[in-house]
Amino acid sequence: MSANRSTAGIASGRLSTAEYTANFGDLHAPLDRHEAHVEADRCYFCFDAPCQTACPTSIDIPLFIRQIQTDNPMGSAETILKANIFGGMCARVCPTETLCEEACVRNEAEGKPVKIGLLQRYSTDALLDRGHQPFRRAPATGKRIAVVGAGPAGLSCAHKLAEHGHEVTVFEIRPRLGGLNEYGIASYKAPDDFAQREVAFILSLGGITVETNKRLGQDFDLASLRADFDAVFLGVGLSGVNQLGLVGEGELGGVLDAVDWIATLRQTPDKSKLPVGRRVVVIGGGMTAVDAAVQAKRLGAEEVTIVYRRGQDAMKASLYEQQLAQTNGVLIRTWATPAELTGDAGQVTGVTFERTAEVAGKLAGTGERFTLPADMVLCAVGQLLTPGDLGGADALALSGGRIVVDDERRTSVPGIWAGGDCVAGGQDLTVSAVEDGKQAGLSINRALMGAVATAGAAHAAE
Amino acid sequence: MADLRTNFLGIRSPNPFWLASAPPTDREVNVTRAFKAGWGGVVWKTLGSEGPPVVNVNGPRYGAIHGADRRLLGFNNIELITDRPLQVNLQEIKAVKKAFPDRAMVVSLMVPCDEESWKAILAAVEETECDGVELNFGCPHGMSERGMGSAVGQVPEYIEMVARWCKQHTRMPVIVKLTPNITDIRHPARAAKRGGADAVSLINTISSIVSVDLDRMAPTPTIDGKGSHGGYCGPAVKPIALNMTAEIARDPETHGMPISGIGGVTTWRDAAEFIALGCGTVQVCTAAMTYGFKIIDEMTAGLSNWMDEKGYATLDDFRGLATPNVTDWQYLNLNYVTKAVIDQDLCIKCGRCHIACEDTSHQAIANMVDGRRMFVVKDEECVGCNLCVEVCPVQNCITMQPMAAGSVDPRTGRVVQPGYSNWTTHPNNPMAQVAAE
Repeated sequence: MSANRSTAGIASGRLSTAEYTANFGDLHAPLDRHEAHVEADRCYFCFDAPCQTACPTSIDIPLFIRQIQTDNPMGSAETILKANIFGGMCARVCPTETLCEEACVRNEAEGKPVKIGLLQRYSTDALLDRGHQPFRRAPATGKRIAVVGAGPAGLSCAHKLAEHGHEVTVFEIRPRLGGLNEYGIASYKAPDDFAQREVAFILSLGGITVETNKRLGQDFDLASLRADFDAVFLGVGLSGVNQLGLVGEGELGGVLDAVDWIATLRQTPDKSKLPVGRRVVVIGGGMTAVDAAVQAKRLGAEEVTIVYRRGQDAMKASLYEQQLAQTNGVLIRTWATPAELTGDAGQVTGVTFERTAEVAGKLAGTGERFTLPADMVLCAVGQLLTPGDLGGADALALSGGRIVVDDERRTSVPGIWAGGDCVAGGQDLTVSAVEDGKQAGLSINRALMGAVATAGAAHAAE
Repeated sequence: MADLRTNFLGIRSPNPFWLASAPPTDREVNVTRAFKAGWGGVVWKTLGSEGPPVVNVNGPRYGAIHGADRRLLGFNNIELITDRPLQVNLQEIKAVKKAFPDRAMVVSLMVPCDEESWKAILAAVEETECDGVELNFGCPHGMSERGMGSAVGQVPEYIEMVARWCKQHTRMPVIVKLTPNITDIRHPARAAKRGGADAVSLINTISSIVSVDLDRMAPTPTIDGKGSHGGYCGPAVKPIALNMTAEIARDPETHGMPISGIGGVTTWRDAAEFIALGCGTVQVCTAAMTYGFKIIDEMTAGLSNWMDEKGYATLDDFRGLATPNVTDWQYLNLNYVTKAVIDQDLCIKCGRCHIACEDTSHQAIANMVDGRRMFVVKDEECVGCNLCVEVCPVQNCITMQPMAAGSVDPRTGRVVQPGYSNWTTHPNNPMAQVAAE
């Protein structure tokens, strides 16, 4: 353990055990009962509540907060989970500052919204801790549905279908379920294996069979799914990543894809084993960039810089996330695009950027350059759907490289629904993926059962 | 600086804030602390007859209801009168009065309903050189089962009889403390006056069960699985106390009789309201039991600041000013037409006014204007009921604005009439008086 923050190059064990524990523990302490009641008392129980409208899954927020006020956390959790089966994770990872909490009328009143996210966590944690199962499956329908991808979209869809009495088989490419909840988001947002606890709760309803380490196009294909099942839902996410397009990329050591790097980090329980550069440059402006930068800093990197090609207001990471990065000591530099990677002995040593400006509405380089020394470069410039994700199913209509779906999340191919990050026009948020899965599940149910039967089943399920 | 000095029945105190007869005034140590904190006077916790003192339950005595953030709104107790020996109380009363001669020292009394008992206790109390006595005809719990407290206060004839005995057997001013657990407060007040009492104080506590423990299936506070009704007080009872105060103040038989106002006085504003309805002093208990004696600083400063702002030099300058404005419903001006107006700059768009009006009243508040969330009163539906004002979380965001005489009320299509017209002459009133009057 000779490494510290200033140790040159890439090194693990830069921090003390206590520092690792503190850095990767809960970002926000949960509310205890007293705190939850004080906060719940602030809710005005608005008419046609703006927070609920702002929620992609339309959780009845005033109702679940009132249920906290009246000391009914189980009822509160049920209100949440009926609309969003991933209510626990969404309470942790939702950018509430741009969704429900931004819409809260308390902003108008005194500039401080009700802490909806933390209240949602209070209730859903209480339910998971108690092991309460609020859902019951409708009588078996005999219908079988294949779900590809066990992320928020896939499992949300599977749960909704199982609730309606269908039998669901979920195919997952990775060894563990949860998708980006398990492999993607920052550790300090969901510590203590929360993603797995939540998945276990979702599966505990029954009716969902899981097949892990199964790759679409290799272990099975869409044609066989369509033949073997009554309907198919694709929630395959985005497995490819955009490249910087620079010389040396993929050759120089220390230049890594941020998504892969975070996945490794999430799957490594002992953070002291994780190597991190002394000087880290993160390229990109989204949540992945912030998650990578903050975690690099928390692993003990001495200097971490996010470089984004446009202004801060154009970053996809919310203002709150940007400030989180900044308070963690990450420097955010804007209006610069990577131009050249420099290396020495096969290891990256720096990145040269060209300053950018918006000229007539288009981004252009100014010719002015600067170089940031770096022993680690994390690329977070966007993910994309690769043809492999679909097993070569080119029959599905795409737009902007993503699957086209209608309001009910039906693809261009009858019998195939899709949702989550892999579909076009989405927000790339966990909560949107959950909503996609839910809506697709409801649509599949309607399609399989017919309108009349659906009305009865939906009634029974609620 | 406004002058807060009070002279009530000749009892002088530096301010009108007295501590009511209750746990805070049961012992020398508490009352000394209160006087050091600045309280104008106390009504010592009720004394009983010589002999073995009463006993209290040894389990919980208090219960409460809470508002947001556990703010105490209503308070309930099953404590009895003082459970300390009479002589100890008398010695302490004498000592405290001697140490604080400028403060009001009134002693509350409750003894069996016979002349000898009252005669005996009055003689003993006079020796303390206290300033007056308050006859506890109010407590609704415990003592009432033994024919005292509210059991006396609920029978005007008893009130008159005991008041008369007391006036006969003491030179001290006699205040009769009334129970609100009665249909018409004017009757016991009139009885007190007929008996010769110098003043009334009100209200004592209201019979109550504050909650039911759903695990034990018993009322709270619960004593070994059982509960008994208690006496309710605190901010929640203030409206009841104000009304009863006003009823006595405007009753021709009792008008002008000195009143010590009690019931949920928590801030200077509450006190000012009781005084505006004619009270000479106010008595406080729950607020002190919730926050401690320091609240007296807020009360005196607040009252003084407000009086300065209004130009009232003494309490007498505004005492009773609101009493003439308390009237019967039948005399309210039916020509007075108001409409709710929402200040869009203050509106936070919670929509509570809309849903309250839409679901439970007159469908008079729109929730959408040009496709945008916006709350606007429909004058053609608004009856001016004030519900929206009361449910709005932002003070002064919604106000009731009177319509000018001569304008047309879009709800009724009628021209708003000038002047005053009430139900007694209204054409819809089958008992309307002839217009010639």
